[in-house]
Amino acid sequence: MKIVKRLLPHPIFSLVLLVVWLLLNNTLSAGHILLGSVIALVLPWATAGFWADQLHLHKPGLALSFLLLVLWDITVANIQVAKLILSPHRKLRPAFVHYPLDMDNDFAITVLAATISLTPGTVSIDVSSDHRTLLVHGLDVDDEAALIAEIKSRYEAPIKEIFGC
Amino acid sequence: MLATAILIAMAMIVLALVLNIWRVVIGPDVTDRILALDTLYINSIALLLLLGIHMSSSAYFEAALLIAMIGFIGTIALCKYLLRGDIIE
Amino acid sequence: MLDIIISIFLILGAGFALIGSIGLIRLPDFYTRLHGPTKATTLGLGALLIASMIYFSSRGEVSLHELLVTLFLFMTAPVSAHLLSKAALHLRVRSEVDLPGDDLNKP
Repeated sequence: MKIVKRLLPHPIFSLVLLVVWLLLNNTLSAGHILLGSVIALVLPWATAGFWADQLHLHKPGLALSFLLLVLWDITVANIQVAKLILSPHRKLRPAFVHYPLDMDNDFAITVLAATISLTPGTVSIDVSSDHRTLLVHGLDVDDEAALIAEIKSRYEAPIKEIFGC
Repeated sequence: MLATAILIAMAMIVLALVLNIWRVVIGPDVTDRILALDTLYINSIALLLLLGIHMSSSAYFEAALLIAMIGFIGTIALCKYLLRGDIIE
Repeated sequence: MLDIIISIFLILGAGFALIGSIGLIRLPDFYTRLHGPTKATTLGLGALLIASMIYFSSRGEVSLHELLVTLFLFMTAPVSAHLLSKAALHLRVRSEVDLPGDDLNKP
């Protein structure tokens, strides 16, 4: 077990590298699997010094269902934004919203900010230096408190659970 | 059927590209122009992919991937320049 | 049959890309304009890449490398949106609503 940990300091990273290599070459031939495995073993080891403290996936299953939820939300909400863009003379209600963060891990905040940016209607702009507030711009905000509550329950709670922070 | 769909899709993308260039020209702010250029490169990737399907050649895919990477880096470099007044710190 | 599915994805993708660009022209200020291209266009390209994936896979070998471009775009779109809006806030680009102050710690 220990030798496996020494050889594979970041197993998920290694797996991603191997998959990316195979996708890039669009093949499943033995030679490329071997070459990809070598890269997947050497790169994490060679770059180990550059990595900040790692977060661990506490609940991989939940991460997968969260990914599907986000993909679904991207599709549905894009249709809403398309309607907003195309409907003539519709008065938009854009607003800057200060979103209070409940977690202080950099990576978890990054994931949340990317999720907020990808789900249409909201873009995350900035995070305060003390990691407590996220500045979010909404395209058509009806009720600030409702938007904050929705982001909290729909995205932040699962992310907190996935990374266990 | 497919050939017609590709042509229609290409026409839509070209229209999108024209709109992007229009935004690059009228601005009004420098961030608007960068945003328009950002959209421009994404749309040109779309055009390249359509061309690839049209010619049934996957060679265009490599170009699409390269444009995606270089375009992203270009946008980041321009934003960094606006934020700091310097690209390499 | 496959042709129809590919065609639907193609038109859908190009349509979303076009809507994103229309948003870039029609929306009133920079911060709202940010919404159209960064998301609708990304999703549109995603649909186009799915169409390309089905097309090339139906011609013999399975082709999945389009996934890479999709993944890359979905990862980079939030980053460029974030940096663009940060630069705009830094330059105090005009907005229809009041801009928040520079110090985020005091909302």
